[in-house]
Amino acid sequence: MHKEPLIRVAKRDGMPLYQNILIRAVAIVLAMLLVVLFVHFTAGISAGTTISYMWEGVFGNSIYLRDTVFYTAKLLCIAVALAPAFKMRFWNCGAEGQVLAGGLATAVVMVYCGNLPAPLLYLVMFISALALAAIWGILPAVFKAKMGVNETLFTLMMNYVAIKLVDFFYNKWKGSASSLGKLNKGTKAGYLPDLFGSENSWLLLAVVILTIAVYFYLSKTKHGYEIAVVGESQRTAEYAGINVKTVTIRTMMISGIICGICGFMTVAGHDHSISSSTTAGGYGFTAIIVAWLAKFNTGFMVLISLFVIFLERGTSHIADKCSGFDASASKIVIGLVLFFVIGSEFFINYKINLRSKHDKEVA
Amino acid sequence: MSSAEHKLAIEMKNISKSFGHAVANNKVNLDVRYGEILSLLGENGSGKTTLMNMLSGIYFPDGGQILIKGQEVTIRSPHDALELGIGMVHQHFKLVDVFTAAENVVLGLKDKHSMKQVEERIASICDKYGFEVDPKKKVYNMSVAEKQTLEIVKVLYRGADILILDEPTAVLTPQETEKLFHVMNNMKADGKAIIIITHKLNEVLSVSDRVAILRKGESVGTVETKDATESSLTELMVGKKVELNIERPLVKDRQLRLSVEHLSVDNEYGAKVLKDVSFEAYSGEILGIAGISGCGQKELLEAVAGLQSTAAGSSIRYTAPGAEPEELLEKNARQIRECGVALSFVPEDRLGMGLVGSMGMTENMLLRSYSEGKSPFLSMKEPKHLAKKIKKELEVVTTGINTPVRKLSGGNVQKVLVGREIANAPSVLMTAYAVRGLDINTSYTIYRLLNEQKKKGVAVIYVGEDLDVLLALSDRILVLCEGQVNGILDAKTTTKEEVGLLMTNLKSEGGTSHA
Repeated sequence: MHKEPLIRVAKRDGMPLYQNILIRAVAIVLAMLLVVLFVHFTAGISAGTTISYMWEGVFGNSIYLRDTVFYTAKLLCIAVALAPAFKMRFWNCGAEGQVLAGGLATAVVMVYCGNLPAPLLYLVMFISALALAAIWGILPAVFKAKMGVNETLFTLMMNYVAIKLVDFFYNKWKGSASSLGKLNKGTKAGYLPDLFGSENSWLLLAVVILTIAVYFYLSKTKHGYEIAVVGESQRTAEYAGINVKTVTIRTMMISGIICGICGFMTVAGHDHSISSSTTAGGYGFTAIIVAWLAKFNTGFMVLISLFVIFLERGTSHIADKCSGFDASASKIVIGLVLFFVIGSEFFINYKINLRSKHDKEVA
Repeated sequence: MSSAEHKLAIEMKNISKSFGHAVANNKVNLDVRYGEILSLLGENGSGKTTLMNMLSGIYFPDGGQILIKGQEVTIRSPHDALELGIGMVHQHFKLVDVFTAAENVVLGLKDKHSMKQVEERIASICDKYGFEVDPKKKVYNMSVAEKQTLEIVKVLYRGADILILDEPTAVLTPQETEKLFHVMNNMKADGKAIIIITHKLNEVLSVSDRVAILRKGESVGTVETKDATESSLTELMVGKKVELNIERPLVKDRQLRLSVEHLSVDNEYGAKVLKDVSFEAYSGEILGIAGISGCGQKELLEAVAGLQSTAAGSSIRYTAPGAEPEELLEKNARQIRECGVALSFVPEDRLGMGLVGSMGMTENMLLRSYSEGKSPFLSMKEPKHLAKKIKKELEVVTTGINTPVRKLSGGNVQKVLVGREIANAPSVLMTAYAVRGLDINTSYTIYRLLNEQKKKGVAVIYVGEDLDVLLALSDRILVLCEGQVNGILDAKTTTKEEVGLLMTNLKSEGGTSHA
């Protein structure tokens, strides 16, 4: 009377590493094929040209390469910041706001305390950036710990507060800044000096240290263990004598502080300006995807950040070169690829059984 | 009339089902006739529930045939199963709390009967088989036994003539179990085919006509109940002879360890979950705690462990060997644990509380001790050593000490938990439902471990469900009823009936007796 269902989905019991890598590789290849097709129909260029434009936009010359390194480091920094919070299953969607808070504090000190002696100025900028970003991280954690307020909504809302505050100062300073919005354009007070001959080096150095430090913090320390237990079950944590409130607040403070470092480095070391559209630039949200794809492992985050930036810089270069393909089209491309990559997780966790021949004969 | 003359209800032929690499059922054969009760027996992880889930349409077999009334069928969903007359009563009830009994019965049915007609039909089903269901009663007002009865009536109302009951007696008192067996026999007399899953061998022997046994996902055979004994069934199930005696070693030198006085606990709505509970626990003794589920056992243990806030006037004093009594209510969970009071398992929430499911054995060993020492870094050496030791001594079946404990079977998870707690050398060891859902072999390992602790001079508090075990294992039995102490009995002299009565009928004030 009934036929066996045509498609059945069964959970896998783990798979060999090569198969895991193979599935992901297939996903990326399929995604790239689709990208090439999409670019062909919108921008009217061939597959070869598409790939070479992307390559050029990412590694083509020293300026492009410098940008690639900077944005990869920035995205990675935010993803690393999210790792402790996510490991605790505290869904911090407020990295955007936390980076902006760090950037804003940096900018305010640059503008209003610009005549302090340089080392002291840097120190004050740095500390205020960390402090404000930490506050942005701690507030939702306190409300979650004390009253059980949903952290996803709270951190999202904190983003808007940060964005509007930045907009306010942006408008206030517009007159005194140049058309590009550079702060202290005359004195250059608070601009970080080049390190090893590049303004990127500060962020890069910070990111390398943070990536390694957070990796060890999460896997080798007592704090990291507490975070993992709280993330798994609050009841278990209480049973083990872990103070869940303290751990929640402490972890979000760390998350906020790392975002603050990113905001500080961006404003003082690279942009020398502040705006709600560029200082964090949506990376606070992209980093959520990076952190998830890396399963909160900061090592994997390095590769995934590079991949995402490759797509972003590469497609925006195509947009520069071709009419008919603009920045929004490049966003579609990134969306497509991430869709494939995230979709491949399904095939890694589940297998598909088609109706077998034997049953067809019976039915 | 012998059962062989009855028509075949179900034939399962060469049924196989795997999950990933794990083979849950390997070419299993099973047949059930109308007008018989078949017990399905097997250790944890032997594939009983998987097999039944394929009959009730939750899983789909990888291979093999299912025949209902001699007709080959394909069961793709619970809906298909019901159409074929197969109804399953799951361990966890699937009822809507705010609906009445009658509303739950018709929920999801398309036919348009008036509530009055529905109630009449329910009444006629109840009369026929001897159920007691008040169709107008809301589910949230029902006892566990009433909910279970309702679940059975629900599948009968839907026309099921093949009933699958998954561990129905795990949550019932002896009196309620007897009632259930009575209606099962009535249904059998009416020609229904009934499959019952249970771990309790005495129940298997008293209620079923035949027993089908699974071992490691394969059918070992089906035997006539009249030819079977507890030890023959165990041997078939485990594959070797198992000693089925529970020891009760006598320890002479008993000392007061725990003294609970006027302990009251309010739940979040302000209702009393525990009311004026007083008792004492001694070293070298197993204090059994009996009671129908949810009458305050969990709160009692958690209050002692410092995980539960208590009402004013409560007192829990702990006397360490050779020391003055200390008030535990002034301490937090970690301080209490450091005193040597261990809460070893609450398997209602085995993975939700005692262990971290995504972590391996090693990391779970750390749960109790990770904070020791001043270094900010974790030391993995000792936990690794302990994990290896527990794996070896308690024969934990796992692919490795770093395999997430979530992947282990219930019995092995339990062993990990009890192993860790005992390794802490506690002086008070509290266990709740230590053997719930565990097979016979593992259960006896746990009893043995508890007795070893008792002999070492630990005060063991054992919250249990199986009265036979409570009577055999404990020295004294405290019976909880509606959050109150309804009697403390000497386990050596009391009877199952006496304990069962105290579990369900609250004595009047001041009626508690000390043994």
